[in-house]
Amino acid sequence: MFSLTDILTEALGLILTWDRDLSEIVMLSLRVTLTAVVISCLIGLPLGAMVGAFRFPGRGVLTVLLNALMGLPPVVVGLVVYLMLSASGPLGVLQLLYTPTAMIIAQTILVTPIIAALTKQVVEDLHAEYREQFASLGVGAFDRIAALLWDARYSLLTVALAGFGRAVAEVGAVLIVGGNINHVTRVMTTTIALETSKGNLELALALGLLLLAIAVIVNALVMALRASAVRAAYA
Amino acid sequence: MRDMTLDMTIPDSATAPALLACQGLSFDAGGKRLIDDLTLAIRPGRRTLIMGPNGAGKSVLLRLLHGLIAPTTGAVLWQGGPLDRAARDAQAMVFQRPVMLRRSVLANLKFALTVRGVTGAARAAKAAEALELARLTDLARRPARVLSGGEQQRLALARALVGEPRLLFLDEPTSSLDPASTHAIEDLINAAHARGVSIVMVTHDLGQARRMGDDVIFLQNGTLAEDGPLQDVLAAPQAPSTKAWLEGRLYTAP
Repeated sequence: MFSLTDILTEALGLILTWDRDLSEIVMLSLRVTLTAVVISCLIGLPLGAMVGAFRFPGRGVLTVLLNALMGLPPVVVGLVVYLMLSASGPLGVLQLLYTPTAMIIAQTILVTPIIAALTKQVVEDLHAEYREQFASLGVGAFDRIAALLWDARYSLLTVALAGFGRAVAEVGAVLIVGGNINHVTRVMTTTIALETSKGNLELALALGLLLLAIAVIVNALVMALRASAVRAAYA
Repeated sequence: MRDMTLDMTIPDSATAPALLACQGLSFDAGGKRLIDDLTLAIRPGRRTLIMGPNGAGKSVLLRLLHGLIAPTTGAVLWQGGPLDRAARDAQAMVFQRPVMLRRSVLANLKFALTVRGVTGAARAAKAAEALELARLTDLARRPARVLSGGEQQRLALARALVGEPRLLFLDEPTSSLDPASTHAIEDLINAAHARGVSIVMVTHDLGQARRMGDDVIFLQNGTLAEDGPLQDVLAAPQAPSTKAWLEGRLYTAP
């Protein structure tokens, strides 16, 4: 028998004593997700900016594709990456299955379309305002993309945040390609799923609380940054 | 050799060949003909005003001449040649509503220099000079978008001039400014003109036209109503639409 209060007390105890297993899981979660978000930004920001700022054949198709990929089901991404990385798959020789790298790959595939599609929207709106001025100044293609990304920097922070939120809360893809192996590929979401089914609710709840806290803190930081940007009329 | 030195002298602006010209220029948008078969010439060293009622096609003509939009028929000629990249680089434009990059005042100027390939110490020097000229030095570090409307338009003008254009287009640059700000903008335009920059400006303001105009192009419904030296047109307007406009009447085509 257990009471909710007892579980909550124990969960808070785990957090306050910064339990070693707990910290290991939280750190791996952050490492995997932040790496995936950084890689997704490196690909998605310039890609989204190009689709947002340039007119070229196939632009409509690419836009539809990016928007559709925003809603990719994580388990499907997990399955596809699993098939690619499994011993008999085309990338099997790399022996990446059940490693944090495999989890980073899966989350990058999930997050890149989100970053690219949202960036496209932000940059398209800004470009509508800048287009004639850029044409008049004779701004070249590369300078144009760089300037749009820089001038949209505070809106793009929110875009990166959306990607981070999607990745850190996602469980299906990392579970399939990571395997939820103790001390190797166990992250917050997969641990919550496993420990809950095992009845180890203290650890599950502790991780759940931390996951919520991370979401709140990251959102608050981005909002504070944006607020200061708005005061300077940069956002 | 003597002939060559003769060629180098500055030609008399009244008889000089056109800096910019258009022939049979038309522009359609949304099934409507906004500019209809325009042929005209902009003389170097002059301040040419484009005037006419709302919807006459003044802003569209400015964009066609600057190469921001492509004509449906006809062509724009820069010194008798095509309006290519080099020609465009010799032109600059100030818009009715200034487009401010989301950066500091100084960074707005530096951006215009960077895209022209000016970097390093030369860029810093030119930017500082432009700030001084536009009396924006004290505001250099201020975000451009928190400046007042008049300050923003001064920055837009400084940014357009920092690339040392030979021809400056202005699309009603003072239409939303108070008299003091308008005066500051007109001073900056005249200073640029004194340095040898040719001016093509759209204006609705007859007072401004009298202060600023050398030549005038009067448009009506996308066609040329009349053009010529401003004093002549104001003293004795030939076209009925020009007469009506100068008398403050609404002109309806017969």
